[in-house]
Amino acid sequence: MRHIISILLENEAGALSRVSGLFSARGYNIESLTVAPTEDPSMSRMTIVTSGSDEVVEQITKQLNKLVDVVKVADLSEASHIERELMLVKVRATGKDREEMKRISDIFRGRIIDVTDSAYVIELTGNSAKLDAFIEAIDKVLILETVRTGVSGIGRGDRILKI
Amino acid sequence: MQLTGAEILVRCLQEEKVEYVFGYPGGAVLHIYDALFKQDTIKHVLVRHEQAAVHAADAFSRSSNRVGVCLVTSGPGVTNAVTGIATAHMDSIPLVVITGQVPTAAIGLDAFQECDTVGITRPCVKHNFLVRDVKDLAETIKKAFYLANTGRPGPVLVDIPKDVSAQLCEFHYPKTVSIRSYNPVVKGHSGQIKKAVQLLLEAKRPMIYSGGGTILSDADQQLIKLTRKLGFPITQTLMGLGAYPAPDRQNLGMLGMHGTFEANMAMQNCDVLLAVGARFDDRVIGNPEHFAQNARKIIHIDIDPSSISKRVRVDVPIVGSVPNVLEDMIKQLEADTTKPDAKALASWWKQIDEWRGKDSLKYTQSKDLIMPQYVVEKLYEVTGGDAFVTSDVGQHQMFAAQFYKFDKPRRWINSGGLGTMGVGLPYAMGVRFANPKATVACVTGEASIQMCIQELSTCKQYNLPIKIVNLNNRYLGMVRQWQEMFHGDRHSESYLDSLPDFVKLAEAYGHVGMRIDRPADVEPALREAFTKHKNDLVFMDFITDQTANVYPMIAAGKGLSEMILAEVEDL
Ligand SMILES: Cc1ncc(C[n+]2csc(CCOP(=O)(O)OP(=O)(O)O)c2C)c(N)n1
Repeated sequence: MRHIISILLENEAGALSRVSGLFSARGYNIESLTVAPTEDPSMSRMTIVTSGSDEVVEQITKQLNKLVDVVKVADLSEASHIERELMLVKVRATGKDREEMKRISDIFRGRIIDVTDSAYVIELTGNSAKLDAFIEAIDKVLILETVRTGVSGIGRGDRILKI
Repeated sequence: MQLTGAEILVRCLQEEKVEYVFGYPGGAVLHIYDALFKQDTIKHVLVRHEQAAVHAADAFSRSSNRVGVCLVTSGPGVTNAVTGIATAHMDSIPLVVITGQVPTAAIGLDAFQECDTVGITRPCVKHNFLVRDVKDLAETIKKAFYLANTGRPGPVLVDIPKDVSAQLCEFHYPKTVSIRSYNPVVKGHSGQIKKAVQLLLEAKRPMIYSGGGTILSDADQQLIKLTRKLGFPITQTLMGLGAYPAPDRQNLGMLGMHGTFEANMAMQNCDVLLAVGARFDDRVIGNPEHFAQNARKIIHIDIDPSSISKRVRVDVPIVGSVPNVLEDMIKQLEADTTKPDAKALASWWKQIDEWRGKDSLKYTQSKDLIMPQYVVEKLYEVTGGDAFVTSDVGQHQMFAAQFYKFDKPRRWINSGGLGTMGVGLPYAMGVRFANPKATVACVTGEASIQMCIQELSTCKQYNLPIKIVNLNNRYLGMVRQWQEMFHGDRHSESYLDSLPDFVKLAEAYGHVGMRIDRPADVEPALREAFTKHKNDLVFMDFITDQTANVYPMIAAGKGLSEMILAEVEDL
């Protein structure tokens, strides 16, 4: 099953490699990993998308908690939450494709943030499924580059991960 | 007053009441060695290889429950130390490992003797630090000791660049330290403890299984009290030997791959299992699926939540320090008016005694070949069961665990988790430094002992009267045993040719050497070593039966009730 793990960790040199090292050493899988400092610059917030049985995910949370740099861990997918990912796609936009790209981007509520004679850069946010759907919807040969940030997640309502 | 980083480090170690530092100098730690030279409260032990420095510090800790400290230089000093660090990590031994690093300005430039120490050691330490500013040094050292010795203990490494050890700074050693992201649970959940006691009282076929955690947390007295109160059978892991006295009716001995028949059978067939500071590892319960075939309720006490339900699902997890939780359980038990089910217990004991009747450790001592088991039995007799026994890895290790009946904790010192050949001699050194009057024996094999043989020189320098019991079977015995059992008896690279003359070797290092090849000479030789040569290091080279195997045995991947007992003709 897919799980979204949220981690508050000390914003220290090496903290990221402790987390990623743990995943590789114990054979846990990482689908995506995002990290950046929080409003408190001494701490970073990380979102890891992983998958595994309940037992494996229980071990993942326990092992993460055991790392000295890790302040708090939550499995967001245990309750209602929001996940978002940002994607930048550079597409060829010439001739009739120029109009078509604009149209699909609009349908997906994307924004065209860079324009040249031959290409657009489209910015798209949403959950991962929406981004996948966009890629599916456009003609593959027109895609020049894609960049995805990986998922960031947050709990709904009163679910707060803070110290 | 301003002190250099090196002086600050030494002051920190003094504040921590460190008595011994095991180490080896080199360029990146020269300032630190200079600061050590100028004081005389901390004694430095100069080993002959960095691996041994870590092993010695590790055994210093295992045998005393104080934090072991070692000091090595950057680059090769660190890489040599890694085996020692990983060994300590696997067995949760509290160490502070101080390593020199190239100057901060040179880090990342492939400087001479540079290595990514923090990166290399990250997976085998509890935590590590790179100190980039001398202002952080004292607090980092405080944190290192705190982390090493609280919660689930483990090695903590502090990497100190050469310029940091030279920079000047005011010295201030914090009295306490707190780390917001690190709050080990000490006290067990009272509801869980109630539930556990309830289960124990209802049990028909109960079993207690205790591991290294009981020893590390000094919970032996509580364990004994609870076990006696309940009247339940108890078994210990390789790492747990000594927490409960071996010569005791309730004690079924060691369990696991080479555990006794009764311990493994009781473990497999119990209906309520109390696991204390143990982690259900593969050498203990074998195949978890096979283990799960028998339904039983499991109570698991451990300081580390990640140890719980890792290989085996448990019903009543109790996170907390073992002595604390056991104490609460005892109180709960005393407050409860129900008593264990005497009738059920009696028939359970009857069953256990039947298993015990198999005498699964039985062996036959022949007239002309020395059996390795016999040497350990005699060692036990001659030392009155009162020695610290270190061991290496292999058959001799299992024989020592099976036949030396430990009745005190912290007396049996060996590498259980990583299984590191070469630990025996440096372990004996560390034990002797922590217990300067103790009798220390190192039960080893001719292969293992050669992995840190250079430490005979250290033993000479510091007059360490260790008694080396070399069970010399001319084979990588444990490897040969597996080849015999699982690889068609093809002895691929397991015969040790061109062995040195260990007697001459011992003498070359300035020690006493003995070669014993007749059974009748075993006991006299041991007596001579422990009395006449009480104050010498004696290397006893026992030429043993080459074909002896360790039994019982559970093959890797098999279940607890699938034991191979001794060869038929031996039974
Ligand atoms: C550093 C290291 N290398 C390899 C092994 C694998 N190994 C386990 S036991 C063993 C043989 C040990 O031989 P010896 O020390 O003579 O002891 P014996 O089994 O003969 O009693 C080997 C090679 C190990 N445990 N550690």
